[in-house]
Amino acid sequence: MPHQQQPVEMILLRQLASYLAIPMWMMDDTGNLIYYNEAAEGLLGIRFDDVGPITSENLVGAWHVTQLDGSDLPEYDFPVVTALSKRKPAHQAIRFQGMDGVWRAVEVTALPIEGQGERFLGVLATFWEVED
Amino acid sequence: MNGNEGRLIVLDAGSGMRALGANVEAAEQVDVLITHLHMDHIQGLPFFAPLHNPDIRVDVWGPISTTQTLSERLNRYLSPPLFPLRVRDLSNVVFHDVPPGTFELDGIQVTADLVSHPGPTLGYRLEESGKVLTYLPDHEPALGMHNFPKNPEWTSGYGLASGADLLIHDSQYTDEEYSERIGWGHSSYTHLLAFAAMTGCRTLMTFHHDPDHSDQTLDEAHERLRATSQGFEIVAGTHGAVIDI
Repeated sequence: MPHQQQPVEMILLRQLASYLAIPMWMMDDTGNLIYYNEAAEGLLGIRFDDVGPITSENLVGAWHVTQLDGSDLPEYDFPVVTALSKRKPAHQAIRFQGMDGVWRAVEVTALPIEGQGERFLGVLATFWEVED
Repeated sequence: MNGNEGRLIVLDAGSGMRALGANVEAAEQVDVLITHLHMDHIQGLPFFAPLHNPDIRVDVWGPISTTQTLSERLNRYLSPPLFPLRVRDLSNVVFHDVPPGTFELDGIQVTADLVSHPGPTLGYRLEESGKVLTYLPDHEPALGMHNFPKNPEWTSGYGLASGADLLIHDSQYTDEEYSERIGWGHSSYTHLLAFAAMTGCRTLMTFHHDPDHSDQTLDEAHERLRATSQGFEIVAGTHGAVIDI
């Protein structure tokens, strides 16, 4: 593409996400965080416009994440990382500390986004808050 | 479009194909770039004379699909009972499934990308000798956008149209009509002007007029468009219009 523009599939996905009440998180094909919606802002503890987009390098450690029981969760086991690296759906219950300092327990489902022509476009993740 | 090397590139295959076909006898190579397979964009293809002239090679380029090739999809139309010939009968025609990306036709760089319109739809950017033509005949860039036209990175079609010398763009609806047809895949006049201004194009050619708009309606609409646009020329797309880029 001669000039920087997101793929139309990601544009339409972001537009859909912006209308939904389900927390949604989008990463591009290299793992940069490119968007999360208003519903996700409540869980992540900060408005997207105040923090994002975030490069993949800066994303590491931006949120403190553990397993549901509080034990360590290696970065390569994060559902979004699995979906990004293996291009397969991934689901897991985790705990994380939002940027507002609050710990929350969520179920995360991450899906690889593939466009026509076998183009890997990125990852879409949804969060569902659960009883801690 | 005629490139410097004499190659003829045809953008979509609507009803004008029949008249065009009568004037390409001398061409040895024709490329037809199809944006999508809605009927108004392919209905003229079987009536394009070069398809039936073995001395002329015709390459037909169109959007990729997850299920069938371009040839197979066009064969639904180019086969009995809708048409007496089948795609396989056209020995001088080669069909190409086009994923988003760039390819070259005799020095003309063609970039295809998917744009906002129902069903997989390509837009095309053609570049030669520093000149750029962008073709987005069916395009709804403002669909679902909270902040259109503030964010080029998140605007469908921007990458194809940025800095175009000639932008040929969907101009189907008045603002009133658009409000009742959101999601149909076309632009309002307001969105058209905003998109064109965002791209920094030099000339905007309005295209894909609503068939229910009379010439008088279009003339009046273009007067208003020219009165409110800034930074680019507006040319009304008309049958037989010729533009030198």
